[in-house]
Formats: sequence, structure tokens, C-alpha cells
Amino acid sequence: MTPGQPFFRPEWVLDNLDQLGRRIGEQLLVTVIAVVIGFLISFALALLIRRRPRLYGTVIGLTGTLYAIPSIALFVLLIPLTGLSLLTAEIALVSYTLVILVRNVVAALESVPPEVVEAATAMGYSNWQRLWRVELPIGLPVIVAGLRIATVSTIGLATIATLIGMGGLGYLIVNIGIQRGFPTATWTGVILVVVLSALADLGLTAVQRRLTPWARARVG
Amino acid sequence: MRHATGAAVVALEHLTKRFGPAGTAPAVNDLSLTIGAGEICVLVGPSGCGKTTTMRMINRLVEPTSGRVTLDGRDVASLPAVELRRRIGYVIQQVGLFPHLTVAENVAVVPRLLRWPAARILARVEELLAMVGLEPGEYAARYPAALSGGERQRIGVARALAADPPLMLMDEPFAAVDPIQRDRLQNEFLRLQAQVRKTVVFVTHDVDEAIKMADRIAILQRGGILAQYDTPDAILAQPASEFVERFVGADRGLKRLSLGRVRDVPLIEPIVVRLGEDRAAARSRLEPGGQLDYALLVDDRRRPLAWLDRDDLAGDGPLSAPPGGPLSPTVEPETTLRDALSALLSSSVQLGVVVDERQSVIGLVSVEAIGELLRAPVRQEPAPVPAAEPPP
Repeated sequence: MTPGQPFFRPEWVLDNLDQLGRRIGEQLLVTVIAVVIGFLISFALALLIRRRPRLYGTVIGLTGTLYAIPSIALFVLLIPLTGLSLLTAEIALVSYTLVILVRNVVAALESVPPEVVEAATAMGYSNWQRLWRVELPIGLPVIVAGLRIATVSTIGLATIATLIGMGGLGYLIVNIGIQRGFPTATWTGVILVVVLSALADLGLTAVQRRLTPWARARVG
Repeated sequence: MRHATGAAVVALEHLTKRFGPAGTAPAVNDLSLTIGAGEICVLVGPSGCGKTTTMRMINRLVEPTSGRVTLDGRDVASLPAVELRRRIGYVIQQVGLFPHLTVAENVAVVPRLLRWPAARILARVEELLAMVGLEPGEYAARYPAALSGGERQRIGVARALAADPPLMLMDEPFAAVDPIQRDRLQNEFLRLQAQVRKTVVFVTHDVDEAIKMADRIAILQRGGILAQYDTPDAILAQPASEFVERFVGADRGLKRLSLGRVRDVPLIEPIVVRLGEDRAAARSRLEPGGQLDYALLVDDRRRPLAWLDRDDLAGDGPLSAPPGGPLSPTVEPETTLRDALSALLSSSVQLGVVVDERQSVIGLVSVEAIGELLRAPVRQEPAPVPAAEPPP
């Protein structure tokens, strides 16, 4: 920070609304891709684990190991293979979502009461019908709980993607704010990350409440 | 299997199920029995007797190790399991309602799987809710979490009946509710069954429930061996083995009483005298040395008022208001013999007055007559009835 420069300059924010909008868009795109792909992979892994429960330990161990690799180190390892690309960013971000989502999808399927599964089978649902029409809808609150954690943590992690040229709010924080010594941009970026995380969390909660009116029904 | 109406004949043929490798003790052992169309067959026995396993082999939740199950002569293994199960109603103790579906949607599950048109499903759901005594307008849109245990169980029964299956499997369906609710649900189900006449396979560990619900009882003993298969009355009157005798309990004579109704006993014709009748006329009917020493005083609508002996009838003039003599317990033709006997034994007069629904006297029942019935040979139930014709 150069001496005499004000700590925060609101006029910069107003002058750069265009860029802020674009950076938010970039951040959200990277996040959504990571969470969607992470969820699909986790879902497949959860179904595999259901067939072969002994794989659970292995899968959890592997995803945990991936999570333990620092993101910058993972980028460094991946750049020779996939370059400074969205793919590199997503490989890292998707890997991090797995540790949360695999556990949650497995827990969601396990949250379905056994007598409900038995009744569904005995009434003549095929395995796929049972999965889509009974087990997933009933497991939805647990799945959404996992998606909320994964989304919030991915929004935070996605700021790192600026290091490999993916822009996003990390660009405000690092490229403008730190490298050019302009704290207004850093603060703006940080605040937007926090606000975005909170909004995503609230949004997913609202979606879940809409989709599971039954979870609120009680005697009375 | 016929269309989705009527009732199926179920035959278990040399059914054996081993959960372990060959050589391990079987859970069900060479079990053969035939369940007539429209009958309630109760599988009863101690835990580990294989009753639930037996039931689950009928809808192929468990596949037999050997032997087969047929519905109306057709091997259940010849149908895809999913199709078979859509034609068999299924009710379990924990009900297993789908928590994410409304009551109406729960009931509609099998019709939807069978792709019925929406209007037909809607009409069927309303019909079924009314049938199990739940007001459709009030319950259709509720979620299971907002229901009491008894209501859930009723919805479970409605759901199982939805596609009008020819066969219902019920695994301890009323075991999770309190005794008062259970009694009510049992009675409601029997009333429902009198209308729909399904073939029902009903699993319980409770002998009293078996006796109450069954047309025929299959008593299983440990290792899935059939100990006796007969009507409740025959099992109580003539247990086939020591195991059955112990299992049904030392009070089987009393249990048999709960199967009989007052209408099964030959009633005794009372000597009836009316309020306002001339005493001399009344006295003349109470012959010395007759079968009865007492006359029954009734009002103008033949409702019983009091017992009168010859002294009470002495004098002249019309019979007046009851002198406060002892009155027998009144029972109805539908009262079980067990309840009737209990009422008789606790009163000072050993004659019960049988009244119709308007409380007017239709006869008398005595302790001796009830005892006579118990000593008589087992009443022969008619053979399993053929499947009821589907309604036009």
C-alpha cells in the first residue's frame, strides 16, 4: 500500500461495475462446473459403494488424500499435463468437492428408512425406479446439505484459479489488489466472495425447502 | 393369474429355504400348504419359525432354495418379480409409507406403476380412503409425518389394496400400535375383508390375533416345519402335537369360546309375562315342575325388566312395576361366548337374556348350553371357496 492512498475507494467500485459483474460470472461458472461434475462423480461412486460396501474405505481414503494436496501444488503438478486452462482448475476443484459429496450421497441413500425401501421393492418398483422416485427424493435434504458445503468451499477455493489465468474474483484480490498494490480491489473481491458464498448457501436452502415440503410436515 | 380382481389360490409346494450353504439348518423346511381363494391364512409361530421368510417367498423378496409357489396354478418364478409384486398387496409392521409423498400419492403408487389413467387413479384413491375410514378431503393432501400410528396403518392397508390385487401379504401389520388401536384395526380389517374377499397371508407371533383373524391357521415351529394347518376351532379343539398344545396355551378352551357367538348356541324359550298382564294368567303359565322356575317380566316393547318367581306372581290384579328383583345380564347374538360366559359367571342368575338390537328379548342362554357346545365335535368349516367372480 502506497502511503497516503485511501484504504477503500468506493468510486473505483462504481467505475468498475462492469468488471465486477464479469468477475462474479467467471467465479460462478468455475464453481458451478466443479460442483456439478463433482456431484455426478460422487453419485456414481456412491452407487458403486452401495453395490460393494467394502470400497467405501478406499474411496474415502483416496478423496481425503486428494483434499490434502495444497491447491497451488496441485496446479503445479497439473500444468505440465493440462496447461493453464479451465480443465486444470476444474480437476483441482472437482477433486476437492469429492471428499464432501461422496460421503453425503452415501449418507443420503442410507438415510432412507429400511422399511421404506422394503415397501418400495415389494410394491413392484424396479431398482432404478426405486432409486429415482424413492431413495433420491427422500435423501435430498442430506444431498443438499452436502452441496451447500461443497459450493461454499468451492467458491472460496475458486479464487485460486486466477493463478492459472481463469480470472474470477481472485483476479481482483491477487492481480489488481496485491500485485498492483490496490487494497480497494482486494477488499472488494473478498467481500464479494463472502457475499456470494452466503447467497449460494441461502439459495440452495431455499431450493431444498421448496423441493421437500414433506420434511416440514408434522403432527398438528 | 387372473386379472387384478377376485382372489387367488396360493399353493406352497415343498418350499425349502436355506440361508447358508447346503447342509445348514433350513429356515423353512419342505413346507406345503394350499390357501383357498378369499381366505385369511395366518402363519403363526415362535421367532425363528420361518413365517416371515415363507411369506416373502410368495412375492419373491426371498427366492426359495427348492420347491415352488403358485398363484392360481401359475409358478410365481415364471413372472418378472416386479410385475408379480405389483399384483400382490404388501403391508408391514412399520408400514413404510413414503414420507415424501402425500397420502393420496402413497395410495396411488401401484396404480401409477401400472400406468392407470389419472382420472381412474383419483377415483380409486378416494374410494380407498373412504373404505379405510379416512375422510379423503381431510387426509388426501397430508404427508405421513402428520398422521397418527393408526392412521398410517390404515393408509398402508389402502395402499396395498390400491390396484385390487388378488392376494395380500401382511407381516405383523398391527403389532406396532397400542392394544386398543390394534383391536380396532383388526375389526376394521375383518369388516373390509368381508367386502373385498381377498386371499390374505397374514404373519403374526400372537396366537390370539391368529385365532381372531384366521380362516385357517398354519402353525410353524422352529426350523420352518409345519406343525398344524387347520381352522382356528379345530386347532384349539384338537391340537395335533404337544408343541401346538403348548403354543396355543393352556386356556385353549376359553380361546375357543371367543370364536363362538351366542347365536351358535341353541337358545332357551323364556316364560314371558308382560307388565299390566293379569297375575293369575301369568301364574298359570309358570307351571310347577316346568323347566323354568322363573318368568321373565318384560315391558310393552318386550324389553326385559325382571325375573319373577311364583311368590312374586301371587295375588290378583295386573302385574305392576318391577319389584326390583335380580335381572340377568343381557347379551346379543353377536356377543362372543367368552364374553357371554364371563357375564353369566359374574351374575347371580345363570341364565343370560339374549336381546336383539332393539333390546327386545329373543331367548335365553345358559352356562350349560355353552359348555355343551364346547364338548360337541369341531364344527366343520366349508372347504375353501372358489375365487369370487369379479364384479360386473
